[in-house]
Amino acid sequence: MTDGPIIEMRNVSKFFGPFQALKDVSIDVHLGERVVVCGPSGSGKSTLIRCINRLEAHESGDIVVDGVTLTNDPASLEKIRGAVGMVFQQFNLFPHLTVLENLTLGPRRVLGLSEDDAKARAMTYLDRVQIPDQAGKYPRQLSGGQQQRVAIARSLCMEPRILLFDEPTSALDPEMIAEVLDVMTELAATGMTMIVVTHEMGFARKVADKMVFMDKGEIVEVGAPDDVFTAPKSQRFGTFLNQILNH
Amino acid sequence: MRRLTIFAPLFLALSGCSGNWGWYVVDPTTTSGMNNLKFLIGGAYYTILLSVTAITFSVIIGLLVALPGLSDKRGWRAFNRGYVEVVRAVPILVLILWVYYGLPTLTGITLSVFWAGVLALALSDSAFQAEIFRAGIQSIDKGQYEAAQSISLTYRDTMRYVILPQAIRRILPALGNQLVYMLKMSSLVSVIGMQELTRKANELVVGEYRPLEIYTILVLEYLVLILIVSAGVRWLERRMAQADA
Repeated sequence: MTDGPIIEMRNVSKFFGPFQALKDVSIDVHLGERVVVCGPSGSGKSTLIRCINRLEAHESGDIVVDGVTLTNDPASLEKIRGAVGMVFQQFNLFPHLTVLENLTLGPRRVLGLSEDDAKARAMTYLDRVQIPDQAGKYPRQLSGGQQQRVAIARSLCMEPRILLFDEPTSALDPEMIAEVLDVMTELAATGMTMIVVTHEMGFARKVADKMVFMDKGEIVEVGAPDDVFTAPKSQRFGTFLNQILNH
Repeated sequence: MRRLTIFAPLFLALSGCSGNWGWYVVDPTTTSGMNNLKFLIGGAYYTILLSVTAITFSVIIGLLVALPGLSDKRGWRAFNRGYVEVVRAVPILVLILWVYYGLPTLTGITLSVFWAGVLALALSDSAFQAEIFRAGIQSIDKGQYEAAQSISLTYRDTMRYVILPQAIRRILPALGNQLVYMLKMSSLVSVIGMQELTRKANELVVGEYRPLEIYTILVLEYLVLILIVSAGVRWLERRMAQADA
């Protein structure tokens, strides 16, 4: 199991009504790998990662995460969600809870940690995202960048094996993007398995082991960042890169 | 201050037409007047107890009925719709009579006047509570559920720690309105003999033959109760707004 991929998607398809969001998608992600997924809007990249922790249910194909096949069975779902953390575009912090309470809710209720242990763990990860001094504040009292870092810390508190990022910097003002990407870069250095949907190509070049380009629900191109950036094989990826890099 | 501007003209108007009024029945300076006043106000205890108990149950029932209304399973939603439509269609007075006089024949269990009143009021109000809760819960962003799922919270914990605390803040004004409504509807329980404000007033009218004065006092009693509740709800809302700021 150590050699095999930690995430395995085989011929996965997903429909929203008549619209096919994923067309027969297959991809492997190995432990410790950093995958960046990019593509034009509506290309299915968010849907792809949302299928991994079943925020969306796929209609056909197989998804195996950490040795568990994803089905509607609550036990397998529980295992997979325990192994997979997610960071959202809109942060989705719990607005009625303080930063500390946002971080301790999962560890206390799901992992069964004592209040003290959960707090200690929360402070560890708040340190990691460099905002331990904001623990007592409410999300709305923080900047967007700080909120997203809290959201990352909230995921880390569950100590997942895989972390999914769904356009984590798209809702941020430009001056706050760097602080979030820095935290993500540091996280990548710790060996965390990450799948990141983003248009931040600088980040991709620096951090990614594997670039995935999607268009119209299909994976069009997969490769090492150095290769695909210098010589994209498909015309669609080339056009896309031109559009976002020369922008 | 606004309250004063309502009351002052009211009292002036009432005292102005003294020819037809016989305020002596409730004149606190005389012994009998004072006793009558005490008798009338004595009903407040049951009006409040009945309303508060009934709304507590109706909130619980309402929530339990609202949750299936949010299910993606058609059967659960049908249960929610059915309950709301049927219960909402029964007049409260009819439900009170049915619970007090009808239910014992059906079940063999005789409820006291108080609990029959609580049951009827709570059932009747629960349909409205269910709709309020459903709207409140539906107003919470989908991202909150997704975040809760992403940290593996169970459905129960998601509701308890994430969704309901936010929903309840939003529906608090509506819940306050329902309590006002409940205080008023509790007067109907007087028909089965509950010794609350309206029943006390009715009994005194029978003895004193001064319906105008006694029912005027009754109106004022409800007015005071409801203004207190309204002020309480506004205070709570302000406090929550401050906590949000």
